[in-house]
Amino acid sequence: MLHIAQLARLKLDPREVEALQKDLDKIVGYVAELETLDTTDVPPTTLMASGGASRPDAHVPGLTPEQALDQAPRSLQGGFAVPAFVDEA
Amino acid sequence: MTHAAELSLCQTATDVREGRTSSEALVRECLQRIEAHAPLNAFLHVDRELALETARSVDLRHKNGEPLGPLAGVPIAIKDAICTKDAPTTCASQILRSNSGARRGWLAPFDATVIERLRQADAVLVGKTNMDEFAMGSSTENSAFGPAKNPWDTTRAPGGSSGGSAIAVAASMAPASLGSDTGGSIRQPASLCGVVGVKPSYGRVSRYGLVAFASSLDQIGPFTRDVRGSARVLEVIAGHDPRDPTSLSAPVGNYESACDRGVRGLKIGVPREYFGTGLEPQVKRAVSAAIDDLERAGASVRDIEMPHTRYGVATYYVIATAEASSNLARFDGVRFGLRVEEPGSDLATMYGSTRDAGFGAEVKRRILLGTYVLSSGYYDAYYAKAQKVRTLIRRDFERAFDEVDIIATPTSPTVAFRLGERVDDPLAMYLGDIYQLPASLAGICGVSLPCRLVDPDDQLPVGLQLLAPALHEETLFAAAAAHEAAAGPFPLAPMVS
Repeated sequence: MLHIAQLARLKLDPREVEALQKDLDKIVGYVAELETLDTTDVPPTTLMASGGASRPDAHVPGLTPEQALDQAPRSLQGGFAVPAFVDEA
Repeated sequence: MTHAAELSLCQTATDVREGRTSSEALVRECLQRIEAHAPLNAFLHVDRELALETARSVDLRHKNGEPLGPLAGVPIAIKDAICTKDAPTTCASQILRSNSGARRGWLAPFDATVIERLRQADAVLVGKTNMDEFAMGSSTENSAFGPAKNPWDTTRAPGGSSGGSAIAVAASMAPASLGSDTGGSIRQPASLCGVVGVKPSYGRVSRYGLVAFASSLDQIGPFTRDVRGSARVLEVIAGHDPRDPTSLSAPVGNYESACDRGVRGLKIGVPREYFGTGLEPQVKRAVSAAIDDLERAGASVRDIEMPHTRYGVATYYVIATAEASSNLARFDGVRFGLRVEEPGSDLATMYGSTRDAGFGAEVKRRILLGTYVLSSGYYDAYYAKAQKVRTLIRRDFERAFDEVDIIATPTSPTVAFRLGERVDDPLAMYLGDIYQLPASLAGICGVSLPCRLVDPDDQLPVGLQLLAPALHEETLFAAAAAHEAAAGPFPLAPMVS
């Protein structure tokens, strides 16, 4: 559970872990009913209908840097500021 | 006097165009209703002055002799998962509130395509509606801003996730609203609130500007009091959009004129798998009677089989959560919204703390489940398996539509359930979606329309679900309008009338 939470970038409160574990066990147990179906030779549905029309390869305006940074929790020198992420240890 | 918002949407637009009423008068009435029914908690954001100003500008154009669009001056409410540049978007989550706490949602620098199209059609946006957080839920109880309440009985849930949009129409706060349907999130609240709700075919309506939940399933659609109103709104919002590569280039149909076609000669299939265990007897009786109405109106009705129906819930909750775990990775405290950061903490800790504080319990459950079914060692057993079962469910529909034009079922196995009744049992909540999920997985179109009131003490609405093949919305509207004509106008909730 904690491994999955780490993959999902969720720092769970220890009090949440037990309840979530119980719920997920029950849901995964239910979902396991799919195993009972024989799907030999059944192709997976990997793509729903797509538009089939490509967009013209033309320049369209995007967000300005000011718009992009406008609601950032923290910005610095025209960029998004984040805590250090290189592990130098 | 009949309340303007109780009239049909099409009549309302005609009245504005022909000068019998003004958009400002309509918007004022809607704002009064929104205020009077504030305890229903249907709206998360209403900007009175902006709505009135927009209405006055429509009225001025009419006065100047300019032609008005098909939604001339009509007030419309918008699910708060759809981006609007002049109102904050919250997705009913804490994670999109501004870091300073000054604003409770993110202010999108653009309008969603559906919003652009509504504005071009001269609709007036009256507010953003409550929903389950990130559209994850079936009751509008998973909202960071409190649960919404069903106008037919305020101790019951309106359904979800587009509960606020369903209530807005059911309580005459707006003649129309937009919702989004990933696994029934338009059809189920429409059923529980006694209004019409349409899930268009996958790709029929652009999702540009809809905050993504599960990208192989999400679709935007309308709620209205009558079928013709939904047909008109869908005609406005449907169609190809180069900004959404999944939007289809097929021409938009004449949905409104299809409402006059009738059902004579249409073949309607009734799948026995939708009438088994778990279906409340009163719902079964109501839906069977509605199908009899369609037969009397000239349709032929036959039994069909859809053997993989029972696997819809498991398949959906693997695929939708897998896609959600990926889509919701963008809420990380870097570019917008909430950030929780302790001095000296590293980036990974900031991500984790932000997401723990910003997401509610159901969103966390689904992100965890989706991450699990995609993780190494479990991918084949769950995600790849579910994709194959999805093919079997699609084939059920393909075979059925070889024989019939329309499939008729209950929308929900129950009437509106009590608030709190299912919140502690997520699986019970998921199982309530059983009749809506297969159509979502198959990418076809569907509608829920109110057909009967049951439970004499409570007077609760029951929804009839009609399903048609992908891009056959015209057939869907023909059948739905024929039922409506046979059954007569559906009553208003007692608290409204």
